Amino acid sequence: MGSLELAGWITVGVVLCALAIPWFLWGNSTVVAGLPVWLWWHVGWMGLASVVFWYFARHAWGLGIGIDPGPNSSPGPDPEPKPEQKSKPKPADAELESERRGEPP
Amino acid sequence: MTLSAQLGIVVGYLVLALLIGLSAYRLTDRTAADFYLASRTLGTVVLLFTTFATLLSAFTFFAGPNIAYHEGPEWILVMGLMDGIIFAILWYAIGYKQWLLGQQYDYVTLGEMLGDRFGSGLLRGLIAAVSLLWLFPYVMLQQVGAGTALETLTDGAIPYWAGAGLITAFMILYVVLAGMRGIAWTDTLQGAFMLVATWVAMLWLLTVVGGPTSATAALETEAAAHVALGSDHYTPQWMLSRALVIGFGVAMFPQVNQRFFAAGSRTVLKRSFALWPILCVLLFVPSFMIGAWAHGLDVTVPADGNVLPLVLTEFTPGWFAALVIAGAMAAMMSSSDSMLLSGSSYFTRDLYRPLAEFSERDVSERREDLIARVGVVVFATAAFLVSLVNPATLFELGDAAFSGFAQLALPVLAALYWRRTTRAGIGAGILLSQAFYLSSHFTTVVPGTYAGWSAGVVGMALGLAATVAVSLVTTPAAAERRALYFDRNETGAE
Repeated sequence: MGSLELAGWITVGVVLCALAIPWFLWGNSTVVAGLPVWLWWHVGWMGLASVVFWYFARHAWGLGIGIDPGPNSSPGPDPEPKPEQKSKPKPADAELESERRGEPP
Repeated sequence: MTLSAQLGIVVGYLVLALLIGLSAYRLTDRTAADFYLASRTLGTVVLLFTTFATLLSAFTFFAGPNIAYHEGPEWILVMGLMDGIIFAILWYAIGYKQWLLGQQYDYVTLGEMLGDRFGSGLLRGLIAAVSLLWLFPYVMLQQVGAGTALETLTDGAIPYWAGAGLITAFMILYVVLAGMRGIAWTDTLQGAFMLVATWVAMLWLLTVVGGPTSATAALETEAAAHVALGSDHYTPQWMLSRALVIGFGVAMFPQVNQRFFAAGSRTVLKRSFALWPILCVLLFVPSFMIGAWAHGLDVTVPADGNVLPLVLTEFTPGWFAALVIAGAMAAMMSSSDSMLLSGSSYFTRDLYRPLAEFSERDVSERREDLIARVGVVVFATAAFLVSLVNPATLFELGDAAFSGFAQLALPVLAALYWRRTTRAGIGAGILLSQAFYLSSHFTTVVPGTYAGWSAGVVGMALGLAATVAVSLVTTPAAAERRALYFDRNETGAE
């Protein structure tokens, strides 16, 4: 996945933000089924945003984050241990556990 | 409906929240990570609802419907854009990266994460201090809301101070006992309750007045401009300013930001991310439409009164109005309890502990745990006492806090994604934008709007510009550890 994909998703994000408010209906007062038509647009747009976010989470999650999350973002050897850091065991197992519980394979 | 029955509903609700907190208490172990972050184990439903309930506050139930009543329902669009889309994107851009870093290096607060990257205890303290500065009035806002709600509901039989005091006492009790896990569980109850209560309230109102078509027709007769999109009040600049400032501000609010560290797994973050816009629509449409419709239904609202309780009292039975007020208090409590906890963690971890270590005093786990709990009590009590003498309007206070936090967002994003950010750069960005926004808010020297755009947005741009400019002309300090935030493969030269 390259910078092209990242640029594409950034564009998608900007469009999602740009049209959440239907600027092209400015001043419009048409009422459909008891609600202003601009409110229906917004409701539909938020539904669309949810689907787009779901698709992104499924297929492009991690894009542009800039760090390698690792197989389960288990901490691995810490090259620069913080001096004040307590040597508490990392919650990698807990994460694995809840991934297992949370999502069927 | 008698006063005692109304009180019974409200108190019953508070007791239920307390019981849930207590059952969470049995699961806690006595460490800071557990008290603050429930040991980073929150699942999808709990994380989603706890963040959602935390975001929503007195504003959703009172100030928001009030605006919709006076100016029209366009607020729904602003809220949808800010919370449903802008915040969701930040949930990924800031939240997911923070979560990864938190997993890797055990961070509990934003200040800790940035202080580590830039090798600066001062930066860590600065972020905590700025956050506490804005958090305090916002906690106060919630208490003002709770006190006022109870006073309205009981026609003054419970004075403001007693109502706010009651809520504060309950919150202190379960936050001190149960920490993040207790809060997350009660939030889940409160969030679900708010959703259901708002929908029932809207449907009830619509049944009484003959459906949405006649309610909107009545509004059109009374104030046709409210049905049309946009007005002198709702200008594009104003709407975008609000959405940007609040959307970015939310991500920097300590209690929301800290939840980025608390997710149990990546799957939890992904699911919450996708559900976000839908949840916003589900809550904001009914709650703000009730306010908007009230304008056409001849509900008279005094200048400083709240629409929602008045509409409910007029169109629904007393017990139901009491239930929704309990829901509104749920919203306030679920915001405040998290703020108390986060405020206390910023104070103990980023201000107290570094100072104690500096003066070479040893801070044991047990002692930090104790101080965190004492911090909660002090913070809540102080906010309550101040709220007694300074009941400024909800909106002004809340808006100031959101804009104040929004000033932090862009320097933090730069630090997370732009390799060349230096300690001096992020420091300059934070200090300049805070100074600018504070002066615009509290002095007349700096104007509050710029061609319709709010000082909050202008301050954000200034903060970003300062971060970039100063980073470009300075070199990283020796103690900075840029590699923490970026893939080592890509930064092989470092």
